Parts: sequence; C-alpha cells; structure tokens
Amino acid sequence: MADLNQMIKMLGELDDQLVNCMRCGMCQSVCPLFAETGRESDVARGKIALLEFLGHEMIQDAKAVKDRLDKCLLCGSCAAACPSGVKAVDIFLKARAIVTAYVGLSPVKKAIFRGMLSKPKLFNNLLALGTKFQGFFTSPVNDIIGSSCSKLLSPLLGDRHLLSLADKPLRSIGNLNTAPGKSGLKVAFFYGCVVDKMFTSVGEAILKVFKHHGVGVYMPIDQVCCGVPSLASGDMKSFEDLVRMNLKLFGKGDFDYIITPCGTCTSAFHHVWPLMGTGLSQAERDQIEMLAGKAMDINAFIADKLGVTEVEPSSDAKKVTIHDPCHLKKSLGVSGQVRTVLKANPNLNVVEMSGSDVCCGCGGSFNLQHYSVSTKIGKKKRDSIAATGAEIVAAGCPACMMQIADMMSQAGDRVAIKHPVELYAQTLG
Amino acid sequence: MVSQSLKQAFAGVVGNDNVMDAEADKHSYSYDAAVLDPVLPSLVVRPTTMEAMGKVVKLCNDNGLPITVRGAGTNLSGGTIPSKGGVVLLTNALDKILEINEEDMYAVVQTGAITAKFAAAVAAKGLFYPPDPGSQAASTLGGNVAENAGGLRGLKYGVTKDYVMGVNFFDVEGNYCKSGSRTVKCVTGLNIPQLMVGSEGTLAVMSEFILKLIPPPQASKAMMAIFPDVMTASRTVSAIIANKVVPCTLEFMDNFTIGAVEGYAKVGLPTDAGSLLLIEVDGHPAQVAEEAEKVENICKQNGCTRLQVAKDAAERNKVWEARRAALSSLARLRPTTVLEDATVPRSKIPAMMESLNKIAKDYKLTIGTFGHAGDGNLHPTILCDRRDKEEFHRVEKGVDAIFQAALDLGGTLSGEHGIGLAKSKYMELETNKASVLYSKRIKAAADPKNILNPGKILGE
Ligand SMILES: Cc1cc2nc3c(=O)[nH]c(=O)nc-3n(C[C@H](O)[C@H](O)[C@H](O)COP(=O)(O)OP(=O)(O)OC[C@H]3O[C@@H](n4cnc5c(N)ncnc54)[C@H](O)[C@@H]3O)c2cc1C
Ligand code: SF4
Ligand code: SF4
Repeated sequence: MADLNQMIKMLGELDDQLVNCMRCGMCQSVCPLFAETGRESDVARGKIALLEFLGHEMIQDAKAVKDRLDKCLLCGSCAAACPSGVKAVDIFLKARAIVTAYVGLSPVKKAIFRGMLSKPKLFNNLLALGTKFQGFFTSPVNDIIGSSCSKLLSPLLGDRHLLSLADKPLRSIGNLNTAPGKSGLKVAFFYGCVVDKMFTSVGEAILKVFKHHGVGVYMPIDQVCCGVPSLASGDMKSFEDLVRMNLKLFGKGDFDYIITPCGTCTSAFHHVWPLMGTGLSQAERDQIEMLAGKAMDINAFIADKLGVTEVEPSSDAKKVTIHDPCHLKKSLGVSGQVRTVLKANPNLNVVEMSGSDVCCGCGGSFNLQHYSVSTKIGKKKRDSIAATGAEIVAAGCPACMMQIADMMSQAGDRVAIKHPVELYAQTLG
Repeated sequence: MVSQSLKQAFAGVVGNDNVMDAEADKHSYSYDAAVLDPVLPSLVVRPTTMEAMGKVVKLCNDNGLPITVRGAGTNLSGGTIPSKGGVVLLTNALDKILEINEEDMYAVVQTGAITAKFAAAVAAKGLFYPPDPGSQAASTLGGNVAENAGGLRGLKYGVTKDYVMGVNFFDVEGNYCKSGSRTVKCVTGLNIPQLMVGSEGTLAVMSEFILKLIPPPQASKAMMAIFPDVMTASRTVSAIIANKVVPCTLEFMDNFTIGAVEGYAKVGLPTDAGSLLLIEVDGHPAQVAEEAEKVENICKQNGCTRLQVAKDAAERNKVWEARRAALSSLARLRPTTVLEDATVPRSKIPAMMESLNKIAKDYKLTIGTFGHAGDGNLHPTILCDRRDKEEFHRVEKGVDAIFQAALDLGGTLSGEHGIGLAKSKYMELETNKASVLYSKRIKAAADPKNILNPGKILGE
C-alpha cells in the first residue's frame, strides 16, 4: 500500500470503534505492561488515542505509532475490563495490519512470516535440523522443568531458559482419520505449532483422551499455523495464505468440533478468522463461519462435551496451581472447565494462586522483541506460583508454558509445568 | 518548544528513559477523561525519586515552563490537559506506601500510589480508608487529594478532605515543604493541608500524604428499593435522613439508567420502575439490624413498590453490581459519554430531575441520571457522538443549562469531579468576582510566574 491516503482512509473506517473509548483510563488498572512501565502509550487508552490522532492526520510519524502499537501483549485484559465495551485487541490487530501495510514489515519478520511460517515444509525441515543439533548447543539446567540454556546462541536468545524441541514432532504420527466410538463424536484435532514441535506430550495426551472416550479423530498433518503470529505482526498476506492452507484441510467440516490445546488457536478460529478474513472469498468466509461455530478448547470439550466430573482428592494428592491464559479466559471464557479437568484427577489438589488470570508476559513475539519487560511481568507470575507451594503448575496454553518454564527455571524452582490435559490423561489407564 | 540543552538538563535529573519528547509520546499526554480538545505538552518527564521531582519543578520554574502534574489522568474536568504546553510531570513512579500505622491509625503514602491498592493494603491490616471514587482501581491518591475526590460512601464517611492529615509538597521553586502532622489534632499554622485539597495542581506539586484511617464497620446490610417515580424516591431519601439514619451509601438511578443497566448487565431490575435507590447501612450489628428495619419501613411508607434486602454477601454484591454497571451500561449506548457532576441540596433532587428532563427535551439530548442521592450529588450523563458537530454543540449548551439549573437550586458546580478547564468559566456564577480574585491572589503569591497548572480552576 505505502500510500498515506489509503492508510488514513482505512483508519477512518476504524473510527467508529476508536470513538467508543471514553478515555476513562480504567484499562490502566489491568494492563500488565502498564503496571511495569507506567507509560500511557503502553495501555489501551493511549494506543487508541494515537490511532485516532494518526487517522485524523494530527500525527505525522506513522512509524512511531506502529512501534507503540506493537508494544502490547494482545492479552485482552483491557478489553475484558473496559466499561465502554471497547474491543481493544480487535482494534489493535486491524490497526497493525493497516499501519504495517503503510510502514512496511521489518526484514526479520518478513523472513519469519513469509519465508518460514507460510512455507510449512521449509519450516518443518529447518526445525528438524535444529532438533538434531540442539544438544550440541545447549546445556540442561533444570531436570524437573526440562529446560536448558545456550551459551552459543545467547546473542540471539539472551539468557532464556529454553525447553528443547521434541525429538520427533507430533506430525510424525502421520495422518489420522478414525470413526467415532462410544461418544458418537468426531473431532478435528488442530494441534498448533508449539505442541507439534515442542510439547508433543500434550498432543499425545489429547489423543489418549480421545481414544479413551471413543472420540473419532481427524488429524491431517499438513495443517499449518493458525496465523495469529503473522497477524499480530501486521502481515495480512501471510495470515491469509495460512488461513487458505488450513481451510483446504478443515473447510469441509465433516466433524463435530475442531479441538485445539491452545487458547490462542481456538480464539483464532472462533473470533479472529471471522473478524479478519475479509480479503477472502465468500465461499472461504462461509467455511470460516462454520469453523468458528465448531472451534473448542480441549478443556471445554472434556468438561462440557465428554461430561467428565470432579472427584475427591486422595490424601496424598499433589498440590497443583492453575495459570489462566489470557486467550483462554478473557477471550473464550474458559476457566471453570480447566478446574473441572484437573479435579477429575484424584491425585491432584488444586490450590489457587493470587491473580491466576494475570498475564504471564509472553504475548507471542512480544517476548522476542521486549524480553526485559516480558521477564519483569513473568517474574510476578513466577512469584504467585511459588507462593502457593505447588509442585505443579497447569496452563492451558503452550506459549504460556514456555514463558512460565523460562521464569521458573531462571528462579531455580522445582515446579513441573503441565498442560491440564496431560494431568487428566494420567488418570486414564 | 524546549531546547535540546534544557531537555538534557531534565534527562540529567530523571534519566534519559524518563524524558519523552517524541511526537507520539507527547500526543499520549494531551488528553484525560474529560471530553475536551487535546493539547500537546513540550515534554513529558517521569521522576522516579522525590529528589528528582523537586529538581524537575525547579527546572520548570527557572525556565518559566508550565507544569501539569498527571496522576492517572482519570479526572473528568480537563485538569491534566497541558493547555499551555510545557511539561507534563508524571507521578506514577512515586507510588510507595511508606507506612501504615495500626496503633495511631494513619498511613503515609506517596502521591502516585493507586487508591484501590492502598485501600486493600489498609484493609489487610484490619483498618479502613473510606474514600472510594468510581475510578479507584486506576486513580492515584495525589489525584484524589488534588480533586477532593468522593465516592459512594461520602454521605456517612465523608470525602478525601476528611482523611487528609498532612501534605508534603514542593513549592514552585522546588523547595520541600511539610504541613499537617501525624496527630489527630494539629493547629500549627495555616491549615495548609486543606488548602492543598482540591487545588488541582495549581498551588504546589504534592509528594506525600498523611492519611487518616478508621476501624472498619463490623456489619452491613444492603437493599434495593424500587419506586414508581423520582418524587417518591427523593422523598424517601429526605425521610431516611430526617429519621436520623445515615446510611453509608444511598444511591439513585433514574428510569433511563435502569433500562440501560438491565439491557446490558441483566441484573434483574424492573425496567418499568421510575427510579430506584440502593441503600446500605453499616456499623455495629445491632445498630445495623435496627437501622435496616427503619429504612425498610420508611421506604414502604413513601411509596416503594418493591424492596429487596440482601441476605448474604452474594446478594449484597448483586445490589452493588447494578450500581457499578450504571456508567458502563450508559457508556455503551453511544460513542461519547459526557459525565457531569451537578450537585444540589438533597431536598432539591426532584426539582433538579425536572430541570434535567426539561433540558433533555429543550436541547434534544439523551441524558441518563444516576448518583449519590444521599448527598445530592447527581451524575447526569449525556450520551452523544462528539464527531457530530451540531449535536455536540447542543451538548455544550445543555451542560451550561445543567449548571445554571444546579446553581439556581442553591447547588454547586462540582460535587467531586473538580473544576479544571471544563468549568472554570462558571466559577463566578457560583461564587462572585471578589472570591475569584481572592483565590487568584493566593495563587499569584504561591506561584508568581503562574506555571502551576495555569488556566485551571481560575481561568485566564
Ligand atoms: C469512570 C470514572 C469514575 C469516576 N468516579 C469518581 C467518583 O466517584 N468520585 C470522584 O470524586 N471522582 C471520580 N472520577 C474522577 C477522577 O477519577 C478523580 O478526580 C480522581 O481523583 C483523579 O485521580 P487521578 O490520579 O486520575 O488524577 P489526574 O486526573 O491525573 O489529576 C487530577 C488533578 O490532580 C492534579 N494532581 C495530581 N497529582 C498531583 C500532585 N502530586 N500534586 C499536585 N497536583 C496533582 C492534576 O494536575 C489534575 O489537576 C471518576 C473518573 C472516571 C473516569
Ligand atoms: S477502559 Fe475502555 S473506554 Fe476506558 S480508556 Fe480504556 S479502552 Fe478507553
Ligand atoms: S492487550 Fe494487554 S498489554 Fe495490550 S494494552 Fe491491553 S491490557 Fe495492555
């Protein structure tokens, strides 16, 4: 686009949403980023004001607005608490696409999104190569968490404590397409990038749950990223490429639900695709609407559709605490079901941490671009977890699991990080 | 404009990261919660120590730069719009609770501490800090003192001014000054702490406060009373007080607001009700039981058609949910929400409501009214779209009419939101020329170069 008038016009179309912000400032009280920096441009009110001023040509420097817009976890805490009902995250996603189209995508992001994420074969091959060599570069630091750090790669990754890539990705199981069993249900399983490549155990646990409850599974291994990372970077083209690739596999909808282990992926199907896929054909949009109605988080599926219920904890049950991922709770409203799923395991005793739904600070690529404030936010989460004295922390989002692992590992905590479904699957023979 | 060398001087005091002058950053501090036009500052500084704060003030004064102190920027009167440019001084890094003294029941806090966090810290020690403005989750104590903020508990427990025992501040030359004390009684010198209350950043830059704490009430009881019209509800308010019951909260909602709340929050309010009162009594359990019964009877005698007494904490919460949802529910109806703050003697609420209805008709405006019936502090809330020039012009005219009506009834321009930019033009209407001049003289003595929030409260 790179056309100022075009950008102004598109921001003008957002104006109806922007003007709903009454500048009350109440979002300051929930924004995890603002809590660290105290800067108005880091909180929803400030970003919305900047967009409005840019749209009305009161600000010349679009790049500066983009920088401030990009500095956001997209956690949705502001939108969930806004008295005026301003859908801040929807606004930010749209605005990032508009402003990025004008300012341009950074070369690094171009390489990642256009060169890798939307070329899944290349991406998978590169990671397979990485898996082979990762042992040479990293040294283990925490056996319970399973983290390691890398002296060699530290210029790139800082002092992060990383989880290793899985020896074999989940996709190596191959395509699945089984008929419904005793549940009478058939689901599509969208495992998402991180579960495919890092937390394969989560994927395996889910398949075990499906098998146990007699749920038919359709799992095509050509599935690609849900597109949210591209979109968050304002790269509409990659986003639409990825949506199309996924629609080819899931667009027929010959299943009852499409299940994911990741709050972000579910909210992508449920909310973001219908919101953003405006450049797609009507037929594609119909498929998107259909998927939106069928998308469901695994915890919600287990509790609401499989009817799993809570049991009394045994006397020697282990203490587990729960982190409520932003997209899971604030965007999808799934939090009670997570507790039900965990309480179905008699060997667990759920202890709530303070601020279980406060963002962990990961925010996808926010963690890469703003590691130091991401860490500050993450440390608070770590402190809340540690204060419960739990041996296990459960989080229904693979990205949160990575962030919490980094934080707990750096603090030297011996706390295991699990997806709720892994803990539920332990109870199944 | 601020020269590069002056910017360096500020950076030398607060560090590079805490000085902002990029176009986008300046725009981020050009507005607050008031519906007024934004104005850009030249520079934004965020001191992280008290020493730095004093030095920033001095640098501004030495260079004749206006200072607009900004807490959370939630004020509804334009108090933090840097209307004369200059420096916006952020206080949110100075947010420490320095002391909570259980024995002598006071606390010492820095200006940027968040009201709700402070109240929670106080509650954790078994004490009580009553002022609870609707914005408390975000607002700072400095902002509360500077605006003399009130809240739902104002009727029985008073407002911020009733809890300020001492204020430490920087005068315009950056000298550190102390006033008030940790003692319950203190008559040393001029009553400077109270001079600072409500001064909206025009007299000094406040740094720390000594705030009074009280023991929390042991019990409370909440109820919702539904009335066929505004008259019956207001008569009930007067009758409750006349019967020597002072509820801690006595909140009012008109028919329009009830409809809006029900439409959005679905809390089970009757949308055909003319108005409703939310009432809570608190104190010693025996007293609570007695007062609740009295209130119930008074409501019934005065035409209340339905009364719902909360049996437990969950039901009590439901009552308050309705009140908390008032502004949000209204705010969702139209893009722009102009929340006003006209206050009348409580016996004049029906007359004020009549005026508001007339104003809504005359200027073709949508107005929902809720507020603190117990202290006559109403919040007529005008719903509009500030992009519609013609409509917004009618809004401005309507606002003028609202204040005129409040003053005609012996009321005041502001029950709690302050004067700021928005209402400075009405000051003489409520007081008189001499009083405004007297205030101007005080300001001129304290701030000879007129750099402390110039143009606010007293106008040009
Ligand atoms: C949704 C909503 C609900 C509200 N409900 C209420 C309510 O129930 N009751 C009520 O009274 N108000 C209410 N308000 C108004 C507002 O929140 C209060 O006036 C609050 O006290 C402002 O605090 P702040 O920290 O945001 O101050 P700011 O808006 O940042 O500043 C307010 C004024 O104080 C000055 N100031 C701040 N700190 C200092 C300092 N250290 N030294 C000198 N001057 C200083 C500023 O210059 C400015 O003039 C509400 C506002 C909103 C948006
Ligand atoms: S809470 Fe909502 S209306 Fe208030 S400032 Fe934030 S985004 Fe705007
Ligand atoms: S999405 Fe999260 S980080 Fe971004 S402005 Fe809202 S609350 Fe803050």
